[in-house]
Amino acid sequence: MSKKQDFVLTAETQAQISAEAKKYKEAPWQLMRILLRIQKICENSFPRDVAVVVSQETGIDVATLYSYTSFYAMISDVPRGKYIVRMCESAPCHITGARDVMDAIEYTLKIKAGETTPDGLFTLEYCQCLGMCEKSPAIMINDQVYSDLTPGKASGLIEEYIRGDIA
Amino acid sequence: MTMLKETRIVLRNMGKIDPVSATDYRAQGGYAGLQKALKMTPGEVIAEISASGLRGRGGAGFPTGKKLDISSKVEADQKYIICNADEGEPGTNKDRIILSSDPNTVFEGMAINAYAIGASRGFIYLRYEYPSLFPLIEAALQNARNEGFLGENIFGSGFSFDIELVSGGGAYVCGEETALISSIEGGRGEPRSKPPYPGAQGLYGKPTVVNNVETLANIPVILDKGGEYFSKIGEPGCTGTKLFTLCGKITERGVFEYPMGTNLMDIFETHGGVKDGRDLKGVMIGGQSGYLINNTQMDLKMDIDSCRRKDATLGTGTIMVIDDYYNLLEIVENIMTFFIHESCGKCTPCREGNVRMHEIIHNINVGKGKMEDLELLEELAETMKLTALCALGQNSFYPVITSLKNFRYDYVRAIERGQR
Amino acid sequence: MVNITINGIGLQVEEGTTILQAAESLGISIPTLCHHPDQEVKASCRICVVEAKGFNTLVPSCQYPVFEGMEIQTHSPKVRNARMHLLELILSRHVQDCLHCARNGSCELQEVSRQLHFDKTPRYPYVERSNIIDDTTGSIVRTESKCISCGRCLYVCTNVQSVNAISKIDRSFNVKFGSPYNSTLAEGPCVNCGQCVQACPTGALTIKDSTDKVWSQIGGKKLIAAQVAPSVRINLAEALGEEPGTVSSGRLVTAMKRIGFDLVFDTNFTADLTILEEGTELLGRLSGGGALPMITSCSPGWIKFCETYYPDMLDNLSTCKSPQGMFGALIKTYYADSIGKKPEDILSVSVMPCTAKKFEAARPELSADGIADVDVVLTVQELANMIEASGIDFKSLPETEYDAPFGLGSGAGTIFGVTGGVMEAALRTVYEVVTGDTLDNIEFEAVRGFEGIKEATIPVGDLNVKIAVAHGLGNARKLMDKVRSGEADYHFIEIMACPGGCIGGGGNPIKTWKKMKPRLEAVYRHDRELPLRKSHENPAVTEIYAQFLGEPNGHKSHELLHTHYVDRSEVLK
Repeated sequence: MSKKQDFVLTAETQAQISAEAKKYKEAPWQLMRILLRIQKICENSFPRDVAVVVSQETGIDVATLYSYTSFYAMISDVPRGKYIVRMCESAPCHITGARDVMDAIEYTLKIKAGETTPDGLFTLEYCQCLGMCEKSPAIMINDQVYSDLTPGKASGLIEEYIRGDIA
Repeated sequence: MTMLKETRIVLRNMGKIDPVSATDYRAQGGYAGLQKALKMTPGEVIAEISASGLRGRGGAGFPTGKKLDISSKVEADQKYIICNADEGEPGTNKDRIILSSDPNTVFEGMAINAYAIGASRGFIYLRYEYPSLFPLIEAALQNARNEGFLGENIFGSGFSFDIELVSGGGAYVCGEETALISSIEGGRGEPRSKPPYPGAQGLYGKPTVVNNVETLANIPVILDKGGEYFSKIGEPGCTGTKLFTLCGKITERGVFEYPMGTNLMDIFETHGGVKDGRDLKGVMIGGQSGYLINNTQMDLKMDIDSCRRKDATLGTGTIMVIDDYYNLLEIVENIMTFFIHESCGKCTPCREGNVRMHEIIHNINVGKGKMEDLELLEELAETMKLTALCALGQNSFYPVITSLKNFRYDYVRAIERGQR
Repeated sequence: MVNITINGIGLQVEEGTTILQAAESLGISIPTLCHHPDQEVKASCRICVVEAKGFNTLVPSCQYPVFEGMEIQTHSPKVRNARMHLLELILSRHVQDCLHCARNGSCELQEVSRQLHFDKTPRYPYVERSNIIDDTTGSIVRTESKCISCGRCLYVCTNVQSVNAISKIDRSFNVKFGSPYNSTLAEGPCVNCGQCVQACPTGALTIKDSTDKVWSQIGGKKLIAAQVAPSVRINLAEALGEEPGTVSSGRLVTAMKRIGFDLVFDTNFTADLTILEEGTELLGRLSGGGALPMITSCSPGWIKFCETYYPDMLDNLSTCKSPQGMFGALIKTYYADSIGKKPEDILSVSVMPCTAKKFEAARPELSADGIADVDVVLTVQELANMIEASGIDFKSLPETEYDAPFGLGSGAGTIFGVTGGVMEAALRTVYEVVTGDTLDNIEFEAVRGFEGIKEATIPVGDLNVKIAVAHGLGNARKLMDKVRSGEADYHFIEIMACPGGCIGGGGNPIKTWKKMKPRLEAVYRHDRELPLRKSHENPAVTEIYAQFLGEPNGHKSHELLHTHYVDRSEVLK
């Protein structure tokens, strides 16, 4: 459907990003957690402008940062919705009805996998195994994992998010 | 058929304690193993673990005592213990169960291992897809520190050890130990050539021992009750228990702990057989790069060596039941999709091979296959097995190869249907 | 020492030797693609795998160190089948337009295919990697469909040059090497040094071809006047199949004349001129008139690197144009006037070992009234192509002198081609001009050789001149960081962007450090053979000052032979 506008850096967000990135020098092994927190500040994305700020604080050049972020599935350089809805498509979910659940979600959100809703609230993606295999099918919405889904439960859940009943 | 009862060693505290509370854990006998270990020499600790026969539970099955012994003998100013909590294998979520119900058993296991090799720092590499575990483990770590079970001078022994929680970013390949190390160091999760081995040159170039969550969870019990006690459980050569993740179309799903060597058929029937009374088509065992076996191959002892002897694999303990609803080729295609996503892209055979396998199977599935395709699949699998850089590429084709062997008719039928 | 057998043949090698090295010592050549002798081991292409007893997988020979008793088979049926299959997989992702590819005949993938006698049609359908072709830098062309993911370009750009223009992007089947965030190379910190071209085994990274701009003018109305850089005479014969380090000064002039160049001048002449200008400038700064340390400015890759990463230190750069720049200015003014032609009626061509020179020639500072001083830059490889395309048998050519009035250059000019050469040339002149004495030994060993950073203190009259020489931008960065932090107190620094200096430049035949040694020896040998070895003793240089320029750093010199620089650090933001 539609593509979100590129994330725009403001003085405030830049200060927040710098503050996070500063933590790198003392604990370089925490780079992933730092970048993931920064991503949350930036509309669930990690675009070039943000990489430049992080580069200045960490000393890691932009090309190397991009090598790192483009490798990991959880980091995106294009903006995504406020809620990232991730449907697991791995085998245990697949054979217990993931396709039907996804159909229901696509129907409720009125977008297909890979797209973002026009109001910029929801991005729908497939993902690989969420580790909820004994309770499949499962989805992850931002940091919340929902399992034992049926098409009905899934569309009900999405509707709660749409209504704003879930923070 | 035997109705099985669980043997809970790893899951001994599940449901009995507040997972975050170190005092709850202590009250159940936790940290007794560590306390005993600190009164032994590191060499004695390693001997106890070796005597137990414990082998890695992450899929490789390497003897844990031997792994510790190698690193203990390397001279270095710093060593590391890493807990591999990057459980990404579809059909496996046992580590999530362990960490969410009893993280202290993992901390204690890490501390004992650290003492054994002379490490003072540990990392838990936790996959991003377990977001609720981050605050839980951070809280559990802080409580353990507050009670003195982690940090400086534990039990007044002079031994200091602390653990930091680091995150993955959505890459199954980071479950491979050298890729995991690369990821912590701030790099792409690309596996490294061996030698050098992480035991000698790992994280930041220092001796590093990487263990799976389940492996670590066993260590406190081994030190507390003795290696000999542990060695009597399970099978000789493959001792202790195994956590099995039952998923797919089985009536009762979940994570269950049985002794090594328990029969697959017994597990299957204890947990209700196929859901909704459908027929059993087969089972995917081991994990995603596990084996697809058919319904005549269910008489299988589930331990590392017995599985290997019967051309099967124990892997991470996945038991994914497939009923007769699904087209098997579609399942194999789905499995290959996973590997296409998760290949790191570094080496030719894996980067190219997974896609080409998927391509061929897809074509067969949609009626565009030829009999020569089956030969090509075998050849490609052989090339991947022989030349891939890491265990991902060396194993990703097993679902294809085993299904070719155990479900050959499904392939042939699809090809013939397409040619009509 | 360890005892091993390879293909049944026993040998003894040092511990830590890789299987590849051990096999090489026996004359067995194992095919490789991602391996490069001057880079760290990657072991990612897997083409070099071999069979070793006791291993259940094949073993990458570029990486695995031999151990006592190891038994290796390098070309067993199992190995050959695996290699062929891997090649088949690679070729199924590689556009096969060899017949019209710039690396036809020198491509490593072609060589591996040929060696394995791979004669099957791949059984996998061709899937294009990407259709991106990036020629925005004007020096380098990146054709993504020809990449084989070896990673050699990334290594040289990041680890050797510290430019960090290239990124390894995404993973699995979609993994690519390119500029980050969907940018073009020109939008990033690329400095056009072309070391990536030197590292690339296929036609994925090639030199931007400018030969058409010359071909189209041959026999036309314009006067085609070329200048030839010091390194070209060192490397051109190698590009045409002769041994590395075969000097071909005279033959190249003959070849160029036969192709249709009207005039062939010697850039050694303006190299000498540069020494006069730069030496005078240095003396000026030393007596309190400007920023120290002064840093040489003849390497355009270095200049762009400085403008990008050290824009706060542009005042340290010498304001002298490079020899190419100076030459272009003289051709379009002094020379044009002297023969009664307008600047636009002369096609000013330069032949350079350098891809960044194409960028330099397009700089607005090196033009007047919209007309470039140097219209076309050809690299050594491009001239070699033109010679071959003209049917010329280079080996058998007679020698011809460079054309007057710009055909005379000294040995000091020649050594500009190698790291330390500009510094040595400058010292030869500065010493004699300041002290009035003649040097006993004009060969300054302290600045010679391939060590990354060389330092020395040279007594010149009353002053102990502290100098440093760096080659390869990674070393330049180390040096510049020291200068910026105040840790260093040099007076004069020479920096060349390319490892080894210009003889290792991006426009040369593909090199390894092994080939650089005979190239370096050839430079110093040629210097010794020349009658003139000091820039200030070059009568052509004295002449041009007398006739036209006045004096070094004088008004005319400043107008034509000096330049200024630009802050390019925006690309990092």
